[in-house]
Amino acid sequence: MIDVRDAVTRAHHEEWARVVASLTRRFGDLDVAEEAAAEAFAAAVERWPADGVPPNPGAWLTMTANRKAIDRIRRESKRDDKQREAQILYDDDPPQPLGAIDDERLRLIFICCHPALAMETRVALTLRMVGGLTAAEIARAFLVQETAMGQRITRAKAKIKAARIPYRVPSAEDLPARVSGVLAVLYLVFNEGYLATGPGTDPVRHDLTTEAIRLTRLIRALLPDDGEVAGLLALMLLTEARRTARVSTTGELVTMDEQDRGSWDTALIAEGHQLVRERLAAGVAPGRYQILAAINAVHTSARDARDTDWSQVVALYNQLAHLDPSPIVTLNRAVAVAELDGPAVALATIDRLADKLDGYHAYHATRAVLLRRLGRSGDSRAAYDRAIELAGNTAEIAYLTRRRDQLG
Amino acid sequence: MQYLVSVIDDKSNSGTAEEMLAIDAFNARVQADGHWVFAGGLASPSTATVIDNRDGQALFTDGPFVETKEYMAGFWVFEAPDLDVALKIAAEGSKACNRRVEVRPFL
Repeated sequence: MIDVRDAVTRAHHEEWARVVASLTRRFGDLDVAEEAAAEAFAAAVERWPADGVPPNPGAWLTMTANRKAIDRIRRESKRDDKQREAQILYDDDPPQPLGAIDDERLRLIFICCHPALAMETRVALTLRMVGGLTAAEIARAFLVQETAMGQRITRAKAKIKAARIPYRVPSAEDLPARVSGVLAVLYLVFNEGYLATGPGTDPVRHDLTTEAIRLTRLIRALLPDDGEVAGLLALMLLTEARRTARVSTTGELVTMDEQDRGSWDTALIAEGHQLVRERLAAGVAPGRYQILAAINAVHTSARDARDTDWSQVVALYNQLAHLDPSPIVTLNRAVAVAELDGPAVALATIDRLADKLDGYHAYHATRAVLLRRLGRSGDSRAAYDRAIELAGNTAEIAYLTRRRDQLG
Repeated sequence: MQYLVSVIDDKSNSGTAEEMLAIDAFNARVQADGHWVFAGGLASPSTATVIDNRDGQALFTDGPFVETKEYMAGFWVFEAPDLDVALKIAAEGSKACNRRVEVRPFL
């Protein structure tokens, strides 16, 4: 019985996007595809305990979803649309080979990440259609009302249908521009999983980080020569490798210098390092994700936090600041500068960012640490207070609160 | 599938001779590629008249129905198989007329 439940959960994880993608191709309608897929999984929950798990769950789900979709279209079209119905019912496409099905999932990602949709809508739609998350789960991840999230997804689907956003991987010339939007979405999904916000959520949402990695792998399989795709995958793997060390048993954030490095996932680190080396060997100027991956490679190469090659980290941040001179990059660079040149130099740099980053919890948390190291306890306490007020992650709030209370 | 591409402008009669030439060349290309349906320029919003005859007593009001800094200065109607094609043509149109444009599908 437990095994059957596991099988349904696993099938949902592995097959949801394939089922939705295959139905979207056949019926050309995201709503029909999604509802039929949901009905097929509901049928699996009902039938598999009695009938046993089918030998090929994906094929069973796709076939069941196809029948459900046809039933729905028959009910809804009645006699108005006989021709369309006939066309759908006699669609005799041969079964798709596995590679082509993967390609269909990619097509689905590219619909969800179309540049004609707002960035936040792209993230929500990707999680819904490709990740199979409910509107409630997505709403919780992004701290909005479920109804608002439901409406956003509904509006996006309506736009895709009415404006006829095509169901295809964009042509070669459009691909680089479109891929960067897809990567941005996947990075947002990953970050939301890694530093989940909201009082009622787990501090780390493994489901979101896993899904982001899985989708990035999918894109990498189709675009193996794209440096930024490789860079983002490496960045995610090297970050994910530290996941279990990052939150203590009492639910408190553990900063990298205090993490038990023995509990880092060596297989993920090895794979991430391999990707970073591969990009270095390519000899092409790296983009943002490749540089971030390289920074993470430096951190994960050190056996002990004290062995970290900070000059290398600062050099990489300099390179990143050249591409992206944003205040957040300057802030992150300052953390490394503090290790190399001392807290006073770093503090002088970030104090200049006050106007731009006043609403960002990490800015105040970083200031708090630098002020503490400079012995300015009162100022440090005020910075911790502000950081705690702005932070949304429960583990981080617990950590910041303890550190503040330790101040003399 | 048809798409309306509105040209967004914020001043009247602002098209330069150079822009007109670019628009003509663009229109010729669109016609040759088979995407052309219709296009037209519009006189300034100050020439508009709003009519309300919902109760059978036609009321004429001088001026546009909404006061905005930006308005629709002209439009194209393109035939395109999907939004990606429409966006590509509209992007070239924006370049030709040197204005922002808005793309909306017909129902």
